[in-house]
Amino acid sequence: MTGMFGVSIQGLFGQLLVGLLNGSFYAILSLGLAIIFGLLNIINFAHGAQYMMGAFLAWIGMRYLGVTYWWALLLSPLLVGAFGMLLERSMLKWLYKLDHLYGLLLTFGLALIIEGLFRYRFGISGESYPVTELLEGGKNLGFMFLPKYRVWVVAASLVVCFGTWFVIERTKLGSYLRAGTENPQLLQAFGINVPLMITLTYGYGVALAAFAGVLAAPIFNVNPVMGSNLIIAVFAVVVVGGMGSIMGSIVTGLGLGLIEGIVKSGMIANLLSSTFDSVPVARSLVYPIKLLLSPEASAVTIFVIMAIVLLVRPAGLFGRER
Amino acid sequence: MPSLRMNAAAWGLLVVFGLAAPFLVYPVFAMKILCLALFACAFNLLLGYTGLLSFGHAAFLGTAGYVTGHTVKALGFQPEVGILAGTAAAAALGYVFGSLAIRRAGIYFAMITLALAQMVYFMSLQMPFTGGEDGLQGVPRGKLFGVIDLMQPLYMYYFVFAIFLAGFWVVYRTIHSPFGQVLKAIRENEPRAISLGYDVEKYKLTAFVLSTALSGLAGATKTLVFQLASLTDVHWHTSGEVVLMTLLGGMGTVFGPVVGAIVVVSLQNYGANIGEWVIVITGTIFVICVLAFRRGIVGEIAVLFKK
Amino acid sequence: MKRKLLSVLICAALIIHVSAIAGAATKVSDGVVKIGVLTDMSGTYSDLAGPGSLIAVQMAVADFIAKEKPDFKIEVISADHQNKGDIAAIKAREWIDTEKVDVIVDLVTTSTALAVMKVAKEKDRITLVSGAASTPITNEQCTDTNVHWTYDTYALAVGTGKAVVKQGGKTWFFLTADYAFGKSLEKDTSDVVLEEGGKVLGHVLHPFPAQDFSSFLLQAQSSGAQVIGLANAGNDTINAIKQAAEFGITPKQSLAGLLMFISDVHSLGLKATQGMYLTTGFYWDRDAETRAWSKRFFEKKNRQPTMVQAGDYSAVYHYLKAIKAAGTDDTKGVIAKMKATPINDFFAKNGKIRVDGRMVHDMYLAQVKKPAESKYPWDYYHIRQVIPADQAFLPLSKSKCPLVKK
Repeated sequence: MTGMFGVSIQGLFGQLLVGLLNGSFYAILSLGLAIIFGLLNIINFAHGAQYMMGAFLAWIGMRYLGVTYWWALLLSPLLVGAFGMLLERSMLKWLYKLDHLYGLLLTFGLALIIEGLFRYRFGISGESYPVTELLEGGKNLGFMFLPKYRVWVVAASLVVCFGTWFVIERTKLGSYLRAGTENPQLLQAFGINVPLMITLTYGYGVALAAFAGVLAAPIFNVNPVMGSNLIIAVFAVVVVGGMGSIMGSIVTGLGLGLIEGIVKSGMIANLLSSTFDSVPVARSLVYPIKLLLSPEASAVTIFVIMAIVLLVRPAGLFGRER
Repeated sequence: MPSLRMNAAAWGLLVVFGLAAPFLVYPVFAMKILCLALFACAFNLLLGYTGLLSFGHAAFLGTAGYVTGHTVKALGFQPEVGILAGTAAAAALGYVFGSLAIRRAGIYFAMITLALAQMVYFMSLQMPFTGGEDGLQGVPRGKLFGVIDLMQPLYMYYFVFAIFLAGFWVVYRTIHSPFGQVLKAIRENEPRAISLGYDVEKYKLTAFVLSTALSGLAGATKTLVFQLASLTDVHWHTSGEVVLMTLLGGMGTVFGPVVGAIVVVSLQNYGANIGEWVIVITGTIFVICVLAFRRGIVGEIAVLFKK
Repeated sequence: MKRKLLSVLICAALIIHVSAIAGAATKVSDGVVKIGVLTDMSGTYSDLAGPGSLIAVQMAVADFIAKEKPDFKIEVISADHQNKGDIAAIKAREWIDTEKVDVIVDLVTTSTALAVMKVAKEKDRITLVSGAASTPITNEQCTDTNVHWTYDTYALAVGTGKAVVKQGGKTWFFLTADYAFGKSLEKDTSDVVLEEGGKVLGHVLHPFPAQDFSSFLLQAQSSGAQVIGLANAGNDTINAIKQAAEFGITPKQSLAGLLMFISDVHSLGLKATQGMYLTTGFYWDRDAETRAWSKRFFEKKNRQPTMVQAGDYSAVYHYLKAIKAAGTDDTKGVIAKMKATPINDFFAKNGKIRVDGRMVHDMYLAQVKKPAESKYPWDYYHIRQVIPADQAFLPLSKSKCPLVKK
């Protein structure tokens, strides 16, 4: 099969598909963050820890209480969401009048506490969570084997993402939420219980994180640091999408997954090599760029993108300057 | 703004304790505190006085460390040359990063600094001279100016103390100068500062480069103290730590970051036996500081004395 | 004249007699042999080393006192280096300068091992590395006050690489963590594969650490290689194995875990790891001796020991025996005694410490059992092959260690 810069067409399709799978994951995680920032002006650094809690609760349920995967998908987000609401009522609400900085620092501190406690209780190696029977196995597509479970993750993420977007952008409830961020006093004057709305919104954002955690449990090792490994990249996604833009974070999340897929396939590195390797001077100049775009740098890709986007479009792709 | 008497008293305490430290605690531990205190003061110049939160300051601490280590170990230069090289490298990097980041404000500024720092981390991992995750080991301390043997703990300690005092003096003078007043004005109300005719971008960039240069000085010195430069110094956890030190010590105060550094480094050192609880305690400190203790230790003391 | 001669003779006799008595007592600095266990207590490696290593060392000390009844006191202290070189270095210096520590043990994570080895050499103290793996520890960066006890990347590469090729796994593709350790693991293994007549079809580097390996595994799959070598460790290895099963890569292609511990297999479960080859320095269920020792360890930790932890026990016991035999805890004397004495305990068979500080001993090629084959908890391995000590480690002829006289 003729290839494009070292990668066959089949291989490329495979990478793009895998990229889509990852992208939907980024999308649902960044959606929660975007909602919380957009509607509460809080940068929820504890998002990664709450994602981890979601995964762990699912595992605890399975291990000690016989809770199945499907119930965990419902119960874990509810429980973690409730926990989030407790945090909001007891701590976050004091910070709304202050600089963004404090919300960030508080949630960062909370993330450390949650992670530390889980590490103490469960150790660092993590636990294994099996794929539920109904979704085991997969289909051989010829150019790759597509696990059923991954298809489910994409489907579930997309449904939840677009469902949330629809509610926020197209329904009355959503319009209340959006109004609350622009002018809470006026909204309160209309008789809407704004503090309650805010609490529930934070709870929902946290529940989204936990939902992603349950989705992740069968794929990634469930361990106390699984969240902190992801959180920075997810932040970058939200910033690129435009902080507070719902559509922005969904689209950017999916887009990042696809771009990462291409980077990981090695295509870009190969393209740069074949174009510039023959000219020594160009080769050494291009070397750091090539390094930043090779498979092993895929963790840095989002930051490269973020730096570029922010310089060109300061408020992110879909954002509005606040 | 604390009174002149309080300032003098604080300086006095600083100098006295600084001189006595190697006889009270383990010298290397004291040196670690001095280096990180300088780092925190440099960071505070940006955060507490200019109002700019940088998430990637570790990039400057670590880069200077690597440059100094390489200069002294592989190129064989004297320690003072090595330190100058490291500081210069950090300042140059600060100029480039600052020019890119200053254009945006608030959280966007923070995220750009984070993105750039992550790229520095990645590059540090890749470049052969850094030793990757094994670190740049066996950096010789050498002889200061060719005569003073820095392997002697006391000589090294006073050398580090001198550097700290110099750096701290620079921060102190900057804050209390007209330049420093403009920075505070920018922090309080940027549009007003602009309307008064100040070239705000230039002031911010200058403050940024100053901050990164001093952070580099701290990193360069730290490498000579430990004879080691590692990835830890460019990791975002270190960027987070310096935020903690500044917040805990007192953000808009001069001596706050020093106190913050003492507390955090001591916690890490003496907490070496309690494992995960260090993380929980660190997190709890963050939470308490933000909710109830926003002025930090020194800030609260200053208020107490005013009463 | 005669009286003078007599008194001189009597004096001489007295002196000889007194020094004979004095010589019989072990001369120990500060009256105590202090052992410092410096390890990762709470981070990524805390399960394979960490608190378990401390327990193993304490067991060694208790057993030594009970069995050998030494005339010197022994103390054990510990600290968490958090996998950071500078914290390890500062702790080591502090221990030696203020706590009078005589030997530093475990040192998981190569960067901390190297940093502490340098401090120890500078201050003339011994380091017993059990946790860290990179070959520079006894190669380019060797010191004469260090002993590398349990395993290294060469031993793992040779063991697994050779054995798998011999079993028919001739074509390889590497999934390598993008840092020095991963790359050296890949290089050592691919050298061996090529030597044995196999072929390396390619490799892909992944960021360290990584969560999602699907892209990289796809590339491994499309290469068609019979064996996918996982040149990484810890969580990376665990995630890669899990996802390889998910994407239907196993069992068609086999996975070779180039650095795996029993704690990883325990975390993943046999369903995901069955059939995998790995090389280890110790297996708790290998024979009656290992079972007996491991049972005592299990009672304290509720987990079976990893090779790092068992190695800590063996190293400390050997060290203490050397002190007793040499009559002193002075570094040069103890190291000389340790290198002169062979090791044959529950941990190591045919063990010997070479001039470069490498303790060579038999290594074992293990294959993970199928779930149906496992009859009791932690019954995870078939031991397929014993790799003799003289073949398992980098030969001295190829060594770049300055201590090796060519």
